[in-house]
Amino acid sequence: MMDYKEIISPYASLEGGIIEAFHAVQAKMNYLPEEAIIATAEVFKIPVKEAYGVATFYSYFSITPRGKNIIRICESAPCHIAGAQEVVDALEKELGIKMGETTPDGKFTLEFAQCVGQCQETPVITINGKPYGGVSPESIPQILGEYK
Amino acid sequence: MVNVKINGIQVAVPENATILQAAEAAGVKIPTLCHHPDQAIKANCRICVCEVEGLALLQAACSTPVWDGMVVKTNSPAVLEARKTILELILAHHPQDCLNCIRNQNCELQTLAEAYQIRENPFEHITRGLPRDTSTPSLVRDPEKCILCRRCEYACSEIQTVNALGLENRGHHAMVVPALGKDLAESPCIMCGQCIHACPVGAIHEKEEINELLAAIADPDKIVVTQMAPAVRLAIGEEVSLPTGAMDMHVLVGALKQIGFDYVLHTNFTADLTIMEEGHELLKRVKEGGKLPMFTSCSPGWINFCETYYPDLLDNLSTCKSPQQMFGALVKTYWAEKMQIDPAKIYSVSIMPCTAKKYEANRPEMNSSGYQDVDLVLTTRELGRLFRMTGLDFTKVQPGKFDSWMGAYTGAAVIFGATGGVMEAALRTVYEVVTGKTLEDVNFTFARGMEGIKEAEIDLNGLKVKVAIAHGLGNARKVMDQVRAGTSPYHFIEIMACPGGCIGGGGQPITKSNVKREERIKAIYSEDAGLPLRKSHDNPEVQQLYKEFLHEPLGHKSHELLHTHYTPKNKKFL
Ligand code: SF4
Ligand code: SF4
Ligand code: FES
Ligand code: FES
Repeated sequence: MMDYKEIISPYASLEGGIIEAFHAVQAKMNYLPEEAIIATAEVFKIPVKEAYGVATFYSYFSITPRGKNIIRICESAPCHIAGAQEVVDALEKELGIKMGETTPDGKFTLEFAQCVGQCQETPVITINGKPYGGVSPESIPQILGEYK
Repeated sequence: MVNVKINGIQVAVPENATILQAAEAAGVKIPTLCHHPDQAIKANCRICVCEVEGLALLQAACSTPVWDGMVVKTNSPAVLEARKTILELILAHHPQDCLNCIRNQNCELQTLAEAYQIRENPFEHITRGLPRDTSTPSLVRDPEKCILCRRCEYACSEIQTVNALGLENRGHHAMVVPALGKDLAESPCIMCGQCIHACPVGAIHEKEEINELLAAIADPDKIVVTQMAPAVRLAIGEEVSLPTGAMDMHVLVGALKQIGFDYVLHTNFTADLTIMEEGHELLKRVKEGGKLPMFTSCSPGWINFCETYYPDLLDNLSTCKSPQQMFGALVKTYWAEKMQIDPAKIYSVSIMPCTAKKYEANRPEMNSSGYQDVDLVLTTRELGRLFRMTGLDFTKVQPGKFDSWMGAYTGAAVIFGATGGVMEAALRTVYEVVTGKTLEDVNFTFARGMEGIKEAEIDLNGLKVKVAIAHGLGNARKVMDQVRAGTSPYHFIEIMACPGGCIGGGGQPITKSNVKREERIKAIYSEDAGLPLRKSHDNPEVQQLYKEFLHEPLGHKSHELLHTHYTPKNKKFL
């Protein structure tokens, strides 16, 4: 098993270090396993319920295993109005999974995001953190092609 | 002091007061939901909004401090409209089944819905279909009803320091649940039930077992015997519209017999017995250099807490079973023998102020009589429901008498129900055992009251004993950390899981604040003061039990029936 404490410990004395620690775990695992949340609580000397609260509060963290490529669709108001739902439908259709799920081959995960700060070109999706603006349902196969 | 005008009424309040407190001083009631008088400000429900002159937006009364010259309107049309909308929004996500709810007619949300004339809700009704958590023998969580006020979380984390409940997700996905999506049984929950009192609605409650009792009463092959804890009598009146403490003990016995209990006995009897065993255990430890400080062991929520958070200190716990379990072990042995009743037919029911007692009765080791020692545990609230179900009129119920051999008790047993009571009862007996003299003034007043940690040094003929009392597990933790660090100055420590002791237990009538707890404590000491016998060793039936059956405190039979052992809980997460 992975030594989570080793990953987490460097952040123990930082202010708000728990967020950094979770990012570090997620960089390795793609999600926050239960054991990692428990280990984080121990390192930061807080109850597990608090560490779990942080892990589930931020949409950037996931507590379920995720695929190699994380596709996040902005659902904040501007993107929503610009047609985020049609993009969601197209992605779900193309990948054969629902939002929040991972493809059986472990390649793609679909998630919602809050405003990612690219409102000049809505609707916006990000893949592994890289933003794609002005996305239309038609452009989906081509964008996904880059990652297949 | 600053001057504030609430709805035209001028009041002077301390500088750091909130609008809510100022309104209270002015005799104006502002509705609240997330606010709790014994908790820190949360300000997450917004139902308490008010208009403040000079401010454009409505302000939450529970969290907004007043300033000199502040002018507040708590009932303007805009305020009433806003509150109504807030209620409608809450209700749009809340099950609409008040009739089936355990908190029907005792729910803060229901009361507000009635007061604010909520008839038709313009918002679409969408609930989340969240499942109930019935994983423990003590509690049921119904997250579907949760309004996210987080009062339970505060009670659990800040007052009890158990940290079983927390916030998961955010926005409309938010829930108040045990960590890691686990159920309560896997969480560090110690079953104290303090979250039940905190909850304004029916989202957490006791596991109800009234039907099991009714079935046993209806079964001609079962002899239904009951014990009831000292804290039950003084609070049960609250369930049937009597003032706190007003229910007469013998009327209560009469009522239990009317309902169909075959024999009514008393946990007070084994409370006195506990003092005999625990007092001698303490003296033995002091004399023979046993593990000190010794902790009391009658609060099963506290036992769960110790097994969960302080497994390294289990040897400090008295090995005495709780009075409930001592009773259970004796009723199917000693009492059955005395009564010439086949113990296999005895159905032993205990009525308790406590949710953790339901868990305790189910512990696998609690079978030293050769049977399950206690078959069923009902809370004070369940007894209240039973009384209302059977329609008893307490002005007419004929007083009854406790049955023999395990029904007598002293004032020392009565005060077990309040924080400090076990300590005081123990000192009354230990003093006489050690000094051989009569204790003239039995009142150890240092032990009484709601202060979180109480301590004293008692001089027993030159033997100086240092004692401490803690109630509410946050206070217990402070005392325990000292013990763990090796700096504890005490010989004997009483710990009760619930604030105020059993009178504030998780199974008591819904307790809105510590003010009610203090009222119940008062009632308990006045009961003690009115009794002819006030020292456990003077209990004639306890004396007879030793003479005929147990022979001596800490003897062979006692060890078999009245003492127990503890096991670390090894929870996966804390
Ligand atoms: S019963 Fe006590 S320990 Fe368990 S969740 Fe409720 S407050 Fe916390
Ligand atoms: S369970 Fe009750 S006390 Fe806890 S957050 Fe929900 S409504 Fe509030
Ligand atoms: S709203 Fe979607 S990027 Fe800002
Ligand atoms: S009572 Fe003031 S915000 Fe909830």
